[in-house]
Amino acid sequence: MKRSLKSALEVSGIYLIVLIMFVLILYPLLWAFSMSLNPGTSLFSLKMFPDNWSLEHYKWLFTDPSSNYTLWYKNTLIVAFINGLASVCIVSIVAYVFSRFRFIGRKNSIYTFLLLQMFPVLMGMVAIYLLLNTVNLLDTFTGLILIYVFGGLPMNLFLVKGYLDTIPRDLDESAKIDGAGYLTIFFRILIPLASPIIAVVALFTFMAPFFDFLTPQIIIRSPEKFTLALGLYNFINDKFANNFTMFAAGTILIAIPISIVFLLLQRFLISGLADGATKG
Amino acid sequence: MNINALEPAPASRQNNHNPVLATVLSIVPGLGQLYNRRWIKGIVFLVIGLSLIAALSVPIANSIAGMITLGDNPETDDSRNLLVQGLLSSIIGIILLGLYVLNLLDARKDAKKRQEGTRTPSVRQAFQDSWEHGFPYFVVVPNFIMMALIVIFPLLFMISLAFTNYNLYNSPPAHLLNWVGFANFKSLFTEAVWSKSLITVLSWTVVWTLVATTLQIVLAFFLAVLVNDSRVKFKRLIRTVLILPWAVPSFMTVLVFTAMFNDTFGAINRDIFSHFGVTIPWLSDPTWARIAIISIQVWLGFPYVFTLITGVLQGISKDWYEAADVDGGSRWKKFRFITMPHVLFATAPLLIMQYSYNFNNFNIIYLFNKGGPPVPGQSSGATDILISWVYSLTFKENNYKMAAAVSIIMGIVVAAFALYQFRKTRSFREEDMY
Repeated sequence: MKRSLKSALEVSGIYLIVLIMFVLILYPLLWAFSMSLNPGTSLFSLKMFPDNWSLEHYKWLFTDPSSNYTLWYKNTLIVAFINGLASVCIVSIVAYVFSRFRFIGRKNSIYTFLLLQMFPVLMGMVAIYLLLNTVNLLDTFTGLILIYVFGGLPMNLFLVKGYLDTIPRDLDESAKIDGAGYLTIFFRILIPLASPIIAVVALFTFMAPFFDFLTPQIIIRSPEKFTLALGLYNFINDKFANNFTMFAAGTILIAIPISIVFLLLQRFLISGLADGATKG
Repeated sequence: MNINALEPAPASRQNNHNPVLATVLSIVPGLGQLYNRRWIKGIVFLVIGLSLIAALSVPIANSIAGMITLGDNPETDDSRNLLVQGLLSSIIGIILLGLYVLNLLDARKDAKKRQEGTRTPSVRQAFQDSWEHGFPYFVVVPNFIMMALIVIFPLLFMISLAFTNYNLYNSPPAHLLNWVGFANFKSLFTEAVWSKSLITVLSWTVVWTLVATTLQIVLAFFLAVLVNDSRVKFKRLIRTVLILPWAVPSFMTVLVFTAMFNDTFGAINRDIFSHFGVTIPWLSDPTWARIAIISIQVWLGFPYVFTLITGVLQGISKDWYEAADVDGGSRWKKFRFITMPHVLFATAPLLIMQYSYNFNNFNIIYLFNKGGPPVPGQSSGATDILISWVYSLTFKENNYKMAAAVSIIMGIVVAAFALYQFRKTRSFREEDMY
């Protein structure tokens, strides 16, 4: 009797802690949601439960002639898609070479990549700006995508290389004996086996442009080329139009699909990441 | 098919073909290869090599000279462009030098083969060979060149700026830049405004990295163990909700938090603390701002670690705990000697990565309060970490020289940490497994 009482107390203690965590987690999220439903733009009158719900901000984003929201969405999708595709192609073939070939300068290149991976791209932004300026790529998607693909290359390279290292070499060795060339081995054997980590890289590189406001802020000038994050960030960063409610509405429309994808794939993501990092 | 080709070379084919001579000859690219009777290769090398030298040596020398002077005439010269061109030329120069050395080695290798009497391969054979052996280079070299442009060159540029006098008041194209040696570092360490800022930022960066990350890990570990308890029901639901802060983009949540923590009309002061009759200056008081920002990072960061640890906990065999029960081990002992070692062993590399992630966690600092609130007598704000300070020095104050000097200090910290990592990373210890 005494024992089961103690156990019951413990379990309710656990539930209590979980409940507190639920409140701490859901409170800001609900607040963000209700913020987007508050009419008007003033933060002073914001309420968790507004007196009159309104979808005016959502409507404004899509229908108002001065709203560029759909254009930004399109821009972001273009950048994200090309970035994802280019990153996956480049990263996987380079990772294949680093994982399977022994060549002059290999070890030093790995050291260089490992070191570079630790430096944030932000540190070199002034030079990147001047460089893109010299080659006329400022204010273009090409410039933006180049920075994303190669800025993220060292980090992604290690994820994929680590994963490829865990795939036994016997597989490609025996394929080679059967007369398969390097590219056949790569596309037919390694890519299918490494698909979990390649999916992780694809997802991360696809999602990055949705939330990065910093790189576009430096590279993109014309409003019709803004990506979502930059455009939305300007809603609240603008000194004269501090528009939190509009910002909330705009971000919730990105946050919902991304969160759903994330929750569905999280197990997959974790195992991909953990395998590459711990075994690699 | 020529059957003779498959036979080993008879001893009589050994000749006095001289590898040293071949190497010396290919000081002019291609000549060594011609001496080796690799006609096509030799001509290709000769043409490409001579034209590269003819076309590039003067511009490269000029741009490096330009980088050394940084221009003499403010009307025509833009020091920034001279610096960019100089650095790019140096990078190209180094690459060409590398190719040149490869050319020498190639002549030597072929000559050695010839000396041992190996037949000259046919053109087709040669192409096949170069694909076989050259494949890794074909893949790595172009990518490395792009990396050099987009990642290495900007870092070199930043390093160079630290030794110039480039700031808002002395900026091209109106003015010329000059090399000033270590003057910027001297003022960084000796002038009160800078040294005070540097010390506060550096110490806050360390505190921020250690405290925020450790709290994240401790909270995640604690919750993971609790939820993993066999008596808890609705595990799936609980885990899904606990992961939400990770799933929702932080770009949005940090900015929502900024609104919530607002001193006057934020929800936290209005809905919670107003009941107790206090208003906490979350955004304008340094200490409160730091507390707020650490709490936000813990909120944002614990779910990732929670998911990692949950995965490990589910994998620990029950036998361990049953054996401990037989021996009468207490709950704490089971945690200390079974759970902890398992979890830490499996997740250590990823946890260390969390620390380095927070060290460079520019987004949360900048989005929350732009590094503010400002501190009198200092160039940096109260919540500025190194990376966000560099950012505001660069883009807000246009004080490029100091930004560059600070980022070099940051680079040294990063590099030291990286070296430590190199020794730990398993991919290096097992590097020669194959």
